[in-house]
Amino acid sequence: MIINGVVIDETFAEAFPMKATRAIITAQNEKWAMISAQAMTGFATSVIACGCEAGIERVLDPSETPDGRPGVSVMIFAMGGKGLAKQLETRAGQCVLTSPTSALFAGIDGGTRIALGKNLRYFGDGFQISKQIDGKRYWRIPVMDGEFLTEATTGQVDAVGGGNFLVLAESQPQALAACEAAIEAMRKMPNVIMPFPGGVVRSGSKVGSKYASLGASTNDAFCPTLKGATKTDLSPEIESVMEIVIDGLTKEDIDKAMRVGIQAACDLGAANGIKRISAGNYGGKLGPFHFHLQEIMA
Amino acid sequence: MSALTFTLKLQPQQRVDMSSLVPQKLQNLSSAEIGALELQSGKKKFRVDELFSIEGSDAQQIVIQNSCDKLDFIGKEMDGGTLTVNGDAGAYLGLGIKNGEITVNGNAGLYAACEMKKGLVTITGNAGDFLGAALPGNKMGMKGGTILVKGNVGERAGDHMRRGNILIEGNAGDYCGSRMTAGTIAVMGQTGKYLGYAMRRGTLLLWNQPVLSANFNDCGAHTLAFLPILFASFKKFNSKFAQASAGFNRVQRYAGDMAEKGRGEVLVKLN
Repeated sequence: MIINGVVIDETFAEAFPMKATRAIITAQNEKWAMISAQAMTGFATSVIACGCEAGIERVLDPSETPDGRPGVSVMIFAMGGKGLAKQLETRAGQCVLTSPTSALFAGIDGGTRIALGKNLRYFGDGFQISKQIDGKRYWRIPVMDGEFLTEATTGQVDAVGGGNFLVLAESQPQALAACEAAIEAMRKMPNVIMPFPGGVVRSGSKVGSKYASLGASTNDAFCPTLKGATKTDLSPEIESVMEIVIDGLTKEDIDKAMRVGIQAACDLGAANGIKRISAGNYGGKLGPFHFHLQEIMA
Repeated sequence: MSALTFTLKLQPQQRVDMSSLVPQKLQNLSSAEIGALELQSGKKKFRVDELFSIEGSDAQQIVIQNSCDKLDFIGKEMDGGTLTVNGDAGAYLGLGIKNGEITVNGNAGLYAACEMKKGLVTITGNAGDFLGAALPGNKMGMKGGTILVKGNVGERAGDHMRRGNILIEGNAGDYCGSRMTAGTIAVMGQTGKYLGYAMRRGTLLLWNQPVLSANFNDCGAHTLAFLPILFASFKKFNSKFAQASAGFNRVQRYAGDMAEKGRGEVLVKLN
């Protein structure tokens, strides 16, 4: 398959079941909601070392938020429910409770309920106030700038993590430009996050390493400087490869995001140095979710 | 099916216990069986069809026409459905209601919606003392749901209240919110003396400055984030509380009763 001169490999991305949750952060203005959201989703690029993968889903209009203030929707993904709950609680406590004018609400109504502000209430040292409104419990925690309002729980649902595609280009600036275009398009899609810096990862990994203590190491088959030194997957003209990793609530959400992302990269086309789109997998043996590139783009 | 309608035929001399005329007890009963049920009145018992003419068959929608303030325990422990009272209701309206909606197009007597658990009780007129309170000797009043009163309420509204909302468009008598454990009482009109007497937690949300006793301390003026959410939850009601102009988030906060835990609050609207 070729789109605008860009070859779409006959391969697939392999993804894994994860647990996910969503929270809504509001603040006096969008600037401070975004600051809090960026703090909450910081150091959360990969479950390998961060404990979770988190990202900003989108900016919310005041009409979409529970308290009618500007807001940001964030999503957190982890391999298990316990880990997710721990990450959510520590991040909410250190990054949202602390952030001026912020309030924190559930972003998923159904699913298994996990603590959002339920335990943060103890920060109130007995001065915290519970309010049950329309079946939802909120906590009002006195803080130095006024009151921190948080919903007690949010929903945890089954999700999919690790959807991906690789952009292979003739130069590093061209690969990055294509990824930026892809990310801009994908950020408009609901229910997905791209957890790596700016949504793009340049250090894709393979399973295993020559060093026994490492579970993953550089994906040498896609490293352009190793074209002559390893069993490469790159043709001579490829000088740079970048990856976009997608976590989503469902396989369909990732399908749609991958489609618009790949399309945006292909729109730049071979004329702008974009040569191939590929994907990372483990031979289909590890993850139950397979995203076949050519099927997605058909 | 049309609503099961009980029209009062005569004014009873004594008070009548109406607790058996609730949806869950009348479900699957024929009109004749309902008519044969007995209602306690003083030391006598009346058949339902002696006091009421009966029409309709949908027990999930009960209407009481020509009601008067001698009819006690209307909607007692009701568990779903609707119950409409056209006229006044006696004491203990909606006692311990578990679910469903009661509407009184008139006034209600003492202890309306006391020990309520869930649902909605609307009184378009006035309500008597101990609205949403605990029965005498009990420690736990209303535990959930919403009481909406469009008129005035008597003394001790929300006594021992634990959870839920009491919304009063008119005035509240003395000791409003006394011994509250939690929950919210909102009063658009005036409040009487000893507001929040011995309240432990909970919120008294007021449109007008009350006369506060010395054991409520001024915590200053604040913009509180939960108030817009609270007002948004009132939008579903047919009430002044649902109007956009009713909402506010800027309040003067008083903490009390400091003779108790002092975790309760009186929030007074700031213009």
